[in-house]
Amino acid sequence: MNEYEPILLRNVGKPNVRQLDAYRATGGYEGAVRALAHTPDEVIDVVKRANLRGRGGAGFPAGVKWSFLPKERDITYLCVNADESEPPTFSNRVLMEEDPHQLLEGILIAGYATQATVAYLYMRAEFAEQFHIMQKALDEAYHAGYFGKNILNSGYDLECYIHRGAGAYVCGEETGLIESLEGKRGWPRIKPPFPAIQGAFGKPTVVNNVETLANLPHIIQRGADWFMGIGPEGSSGPKLFCISGAVNKPGCYEWSMDITVRDLIEDDRFGGGMRDGLKVKAVMPGGISMGILTADELDMKMDFSDPANYGLLGLGTSSAIVIDEHTDIRKVLRNVARFYAHESCGQCTQCREGTSWMYKIANRVERGLGRAEDIELLGQIPSKMGMMPGLSICGLSDGATFAIRTIVEKFRSELEGYVGSVDDEVVRIALEIAN
Amino acid sequence: MAWKTVDRVSQPASDSPGLSEPLKDKIRGFFDRYPTKRAALIPALHMIQDDHGYIGWRAMDEVAELLEITASDVFDTVSFYSHFWTHPRGKKVVMVCRSISCDLLGADDVLSECKRVMGIDEHETSADGSYSLMTEECLATCDHGPCMVVNEKLHKCVSPSQVEKILNDADNDVLDVPRSDLYDGAERNQG
Repeated sequence: MNEYEPILLRNVGKPNVRQLDAYRATGGYEGAVRALAHTPDEVIDVVKRANLRGRGGAGFPAGVKWSFLPKERDITYLCVNADESEPPTFSNRVLMEEDPHQLLEGILIAGYATQATVAYLYMRAEFAEQFHIMQKALDEAYHAGYFGKNILNSGYDLECYIHRGAGAYVCGEETGLIESLEGKRGWPRIKPPFPAIQGAFGKPTVVNNVETLANLPHIIQRGADWFMGIGPEGSSGPKLFCISGAVNKPGCYEWSMDITVRDLIEDDRFGGGMRDGLKVKAVMPGGISMGILTADELDMKMDFSDPANYGLLGLGTSSAIVIDEHTDIRKVLRNVARFYAHESCGQCTQCREGTSWMYKIANRVERGLGRAEDIELLGQIPSKMGMMPGLSICGLSDGATFAIRTIVEKFRSELEGYVGSVDDEVVRIALEIAN
Repeated sequence: MAWKTVDRVSQPASDSPGLSEPLKDKIRGFFDRYPTKRAALIPALHMIQDDHGYIGWRAMDEVAELLEITASDVFDTVSFYSHFWTHPRGKKVVMVCRSISCDLLGADDVLSECKRVMGIDEHETSADGSYSLMTEECLATCDHGPCMVVNEKLHKCVSPSQVEKILNDADNDVLDVPRSDLYDGAERNQG
C-alpha cells in the first residue's frame, strides 16, 4: 500500500478549523475564488475530466449529472444530500463536524458550475449538533461574502439554506429528498422526468452528496490530472471509508480506492485488527444495502467495480460493519430486515409488503420458530420486488433485496440449521400466541 | 383489521395549543427561502413542536391556514416523519439507536436499562412527564456505538451501567457547541 496524504480530512484535529479564519489559513476558499474566475462550463469540464463519481452510493459521475441540465433555464436548484442514514455510514457527519467550510466551499463551486440560484442543504433531523455547526459556519460564510449577492464581485448570486428533515431514510433518495424539501411526505418520484429536467418546485435541480461536494475545492485547485492520479482507473480520487463493529479502531478513514476489505479491517492505519483476537465472520462493506461478504471474501477491493464480482450491489457508501465469529447470523438478518420494513415508504406494494414479510420471517427464524421452507422463501421474495426487475419507484427495495438475499445465499447452511426443528403445528400455535 | 381514522369528536382541536403571534412570525420568516409556502411546512412543524412539545390538531389547522394549504396536507406530512409527535411527549425524549452496529455492540442492553430506570416501555412517557423513550434507526455514529440521544445531545459508547447516571444528570441534553436558534420555537428564549 502506497503512502497517502489526506485531502478531505486534512483539517481534522486542527484548532478552531470550524471557524472561517482558520479554514482560510489552510488555503480554504481559494478553490472557490479560482472557480469563479472561470466560466461555469470550464468548471464542469474540469470535474468531468476528473471523473468525480458520486460518493452517495450510486457512483454516477457528478460532471455528467450537471451537464443533463437544460441549456435554457432561468432557475436552477442545488440540493445537497446530507440525509446520511444508511447503517453503518457516518462519513458525512465527520465532514460536517470537522470541516464545515470545506463543504460550503464545495457548495459554492457546484452552485456556480450549475448556475444554481439557491442551494438547499438537506440535513437529516438526527444531525442536531452538526446542524448547529453548519449553520454557524454558514452565517460566517454569508458575512464574509461567500454567499448572497454578487459573490466576491463575480456577479454571481447564490443563496444557501439549511433544510432539516424529520426522520425518514427514504429522504436520502434524491426525489424523496426533493418531495420532502417541498414540504410533503418523502415519497420518491417516478423517473423520468429526472431532477435535472424537473426537480425541486418543478425546476431543473441537481442533487449531490456531501462527500462529492467536499472534493470540489481540491479538484479546482489541483486539477483533474491530480485527481485522476489518485487510486485506480475508474475509481479515482480521495475516498472516505467508515468501519465499525468488532474492530480495534472503529472510525472514518481516508485513502485512495485501492485498499481491500481486509486492509480496512486489519491495517493499523484503519481498523487496526479484530477486537480481542476475534475472527471475522462476515462484513457488510458498503452500507447494509450493498450486501454481505463472508470471511473468505475479504480480498474484495473497495472501488466502484470489484463489489459486483462478489455478488454485491456496488461500493455504496464504502462503510463496513464487521461481524465477529460469535455473532448469530440470525441477529444480523433480523436487524437488517427490520430496518427496511421500518423505512419502506409504502408507495410500492411489493416493497411495503415484501420488506415486512421478510422481517416477519427473519423474526420467527431468530426465535427458533422458523419453518423448513422459510429459508427458500427468504431467498425468493427479493427476486420479485426491486427496481432491478423494474417494479419499484426507487432503489430502497434493491437495497433490501441485496442485503437479505446475500445473507441468505452466503449463510444458507447456518440458517438452515436453525429451522424446521419445531413441528409446524407448534409453530403455528406459538406464533398465534406471540402475535 | 379496520381502518383507523382520526377521531375529531373525542380529540377536539380546542384542547391543543394554537400558534402564538411570535411563532407565526418566525414561520413567516422562512417564506422567502422557498418558492412555495408549503416548503416552509417542515421547518414550521419543527418550531411548533419546539414550543408545544408536539403538534396538535389546532396547530395543524392554524399552520395550514398560514401556509395556504389544507389541514389534511399538513397531517399527510406530519404522519410520515418519525420525529413529529401528535400527542404530548415527555420534557426530554431519549432515543436509543437500534441499527446494526449499535445492536451488535449491545444496544438491547442499553434500551433495557433505560426502560428499567425510567419505569416505562418504548413509546411511553414517564408518569411525571420528564422522559419519553424511543428507538431510532442509525444515528450515523456507528464508530461510537451503542449510542443514545437525549433531545439534541448524543451520548456515545454508552454502557448499561452508565445509563442511570446519564438520565439523572440535569444537563444531559446540553450541547458542547454553540446553538443556532433558527429552528427553535418562539418561546425557547423567553425562559
